Amino acid sequence: MTHSFGKPLTRNEDPRLLRGEALFVDDVELPGLLHVAFLRSPHAHARLLSVDLGAARARPGVIAAYAAEDLGDYWKPGPLLVPPPPVPGMVFHQCCQVPLVKDKARHVGEPVAMVVAESRYIAEDALGDIAVEWEVLDAVGDLEAALQPGAALVHEHLGVNVAAKVHQHRGDYAAAAKAAALVVRRRFTYDRGASIPMETRGVVAQWDPRADRLTVWDTTQAPVVIRNGLAAMLGLSERQVRVVAPNIGGGFGPKMMMFYPEEVLVPWAAMRLGRPVKWIEDRLEHFFATTHERSQIHDAEIALDASGRILGVKDVFLHDNGAYDPYGLTLPLNSQCTLLGCYVVPAYDSVFTAVFTNRTLVTPYRGAGRQHGVFVMERLLDIAARQLGIDRNEIRRRNFIPPDAFPYDQGVIYQDFSRLSYDSGNYAPILAKALDAIGYDRFIAETQPRARAEGRALGIGVVCYVEGTGIGPYEGAKVQVQGSGKVSLATGIGSQGQGHATAFAQVVAEQLGVDIRDIEVTTGDTDQFYWGVGTFASRGAVVAGSAAHEAAKVVRQKILKTAARHFECAEEDLVIADGKVHVVGVPDHSITLGALAGLANPMRGAVTPGTEPGLEATSYFGPAGGATASGAHAMIVEVDPLTLRPTILDYVVVHDCGTVINPLILAGQIQGGVAQGIGNAFFEQLHWDEQGQLMNASLADYLLPTALDVPRIRMDHTVTPSPLNPLGVKGAGEAGAIPVGALFAQALEDALDLPSKEIEILEMPLSPSRLWEISNGG
Amino acid sequence: MKVRVTVNGVAHERDVEPRLLLSDFIRHEIGLTGTHVGCEHGVCGACTILWDGAPARACLAFAVQAEGHDIRTVESLAQAPARLNALQQAFQDSHALQCGYCTPGILMTMTAFLAENPKPTEDEVRHALSGNLCRCTGYQHIVDAVLLAAERGA
Repeated sequence: MTHSFGKPLTRNEDPRLLRGEALFVDDVELPGLLHVAFLRSPHAHARLLSVDLGAARARPGVIAAYAAEDLGDYWKPGPLLVPPPPVPGMVFHQCCQVPLVKDKARHVGEPVAMVVAESRYIAEDALGDIAVEWEVLDAVGDLEAALQPGAALVHEHLGVNVAAKVHQHRGDYAAAAKAAALVVRRRFTYDRGASIPMETRGVVAQWDPRADRLTVWDTTQAPVVIRNGLAAMLGLSERQVRVVAPNIGGGFGPKMMMFYPEEVLVPWAAMRLGRPVKWIEDRLEHFFATTHERSQIHDAEIALDASGRILGVKDVFLHDNGAYDPYGLTLPLNSQCTLLGCYVVPAYDSVFTAVFTNRTLVTPYRGAGRQHGVFVMERLLDIAARQLGIDRNEIRRRNFIPPDAFPYDQGVIYQDFSRLSYDSGNYAPILAKALDAIGYDRFIAETQPRARAEGRALGIGVVCYVEGTGIGPYEGAKVQVQGSGKVSLATGIGSQGQGHATAFAQVVAEQLGVDIRDIEVTTGDTDQFYWGVGTFASRGAVVAGSAAHEAAKVVRQKILKTAARHFECAEEDLVIADGKVHVVGVPDHSITLGALAGLANPMRGAVTPGTEPGLEATSYFGPAGGATASGAHAMIVEVDPLTLRPTILDYVVVHDCGTVINPLILAGQIQGGVAQGIGNAFFEQLHWDEQGQLMNASLADYLLPTALDVPRIRMDHTVTPSPLNPLGVKGAGEAGAIPVGALFAQALEDALDLPSKEIEILEMPLSPSRLWEISNGG
Repeated sequence: MKVRVTVNGVAHERDVEPRLLLSDFIRHEIGLTGTHVGCEHGVCGACTILWDGAPARACLAFAVQAEGHDIRTVESLAQAPARLNALQQAFQDSHALQCGYCTPGILMTMTAFLAENPKPTEDEVRHALSGNLCRCTGYQHIVDAVLLAAERGA
């Protein structure tokens, strides 16, 4: 049998995408389709006094216009997607987003009114007809000011702007600090950015009165959860709702947020009006209305002995939650847990306060709070190493969790509510490979001194990280041999470019002996697979991939059983290969899988009790805990001394995500992650004024890295299989992005020789002008 | 007002509002949805089409401005149904796309680029590509694909 698992195979999904044939949400055209535009709050914080829709409704071509009061009982705050974790003593205030502003707007871009018209052009015209009266209030933006007495309140009934407070600790940090030879204490800040998938969000909904069913095409990462939620909101049974997440033009996390107001309103309008309705977010809306990530302020300290061994870490941090908190505490919990990194930290004391602000909601975006933790820990180690006179790589080596210590219990509660436990890992070889690949020793001994003598500012950075991936609760997969001999696989997760149609086919092909081109994978259609959770936390390959593996194994048994009956031989005497089954040693005597599928579904005779028709199986997989991937990034950077613009001369990623299903797809995931990491570290920052207005809400002003900014990335891997799933895989989606901020800080400090001036880089993101300020003591 | 445009070799005549964007005309009037819209302000390049052979942003033009012009979209690249042309094939071979949303615009930009510069260097490819944003790939595999297509004589 030809093995495809583990091979760098090209993708099944590409031909349709390359020919422009693939269906995206905005490609859905239906007879009688209506179009929606939203009037959004121009203010970050303002009481809504009145909305007059009369003129808008009177405009020719407008079918309907709605404000909050028109929604009646349908107006409800959204559900809490992720409840708070079971951490003793924690505080959590649930304030979820609303479909349309009723009492007051809490961030710029919050929808106030919805216009439905014969075209998007008319709908947008009608927005100008709507008269709104506002009482503008002071906006809450700065995290520390938000917590001061007398600050304006985002949610008045709480009396504070605290969304949550969680304290996790283990060991005795105070004792550790007392015994320490060195305590390093710093403040670290990490500012907001946005995920900016190339496809904005969109929803199309169609109510079919004859079928008594609702179909919704949605750019979501979690179609099954959307189906269940919409059914509940609209008073339908789940079977009456079909949610399709077709090809999605990038997700990166914010398309996992639910329910967005537009997601709630468009299907409602389609049912009410009896016509299909479409809303496609424009890029300006996207900057305000799709969730953001990243603002945190950490006051962190690390206590070490004289040899550089960590005795303890203490961290107090503020997390910018934005105006509502439907996503619970996933982000700050990820920060809190991932800070521990690859290291033995005997005492840990961490408390965070999540803060409501008058800004767009914050939900996970690639890395999902992990990069903050990595930034704090890696920076603390860099500074400690300097102060102790230890090489920066040596201090990491001395503190790595040893390879025989796994599974390694970190003693804190993770975002999946289980105790944070690393399943497997081996960190020293990763660092060694990265140092070797980047040529660390030669750079320090020769390249850098020579460059400095020539007046060039060259620096090197090397950082390590772990990435919690593949969390539960579960995913499922249905594998079926078709009469054509092709194999279908359906799963409940959605795909946004991860190559699931290829990677899952490779998993199934390994069991069923068919070419991956003959395996048709469907993701993101609730009519094709009923159960599921979603694509997030680098879990698709781990959880849905394992379910596909389990289902394929059962189908394999069914194939063998049916073929054994056909050939009147023992199952052990059969070989499955190239889409056929034959008796061992007699390859000419074979039967195709399609013919076997026919035999398994007879028209006469009887299906034996205890067996099922067809060559089909559905399996589910729920991991006991997350699989912890790890890696190291290394970079050589040159900074133009005049403009302070960095040029990356070399970039190395050494990564361990367990068993690799498809190295080509993995390379793409890592490269894309690094590109976003570079954007987050040096290009992308959302700028706000004091009134909470976003100042750079366009792609001309919010800079994404281009082909000139992202270097060629060299890659190597180590493999520590996960014991928590049958494939041994770990997730890889976020690894590229997580450590890049810490890497930039270290490498830029080194390039500009800032430590010799007692200047440190303690913030992200940077820019040439900000780097100039920092390097001049600002 | 009336507009006559040739799209992928087929003459189309439609009565449209003067303000209708060319991108909306191609996608929603003609029904060629392979051309994608990413920003509607001319930065991302997802909607790039060929306008009399030269790459142009369909979101920055009105349909009526295309009167009498020859427009080509991604749907014109493959010479036969279910086939890929050499550039498209190089994209698949190099894993140069992930979500595929920016891909049609990049294919059109690179089609014009390779016609002008059939044997480019990596640096030239990166400059030519720098007007198209891709959020998934980090560009490396796209650069590889364009160089591969050039090597194969696309």
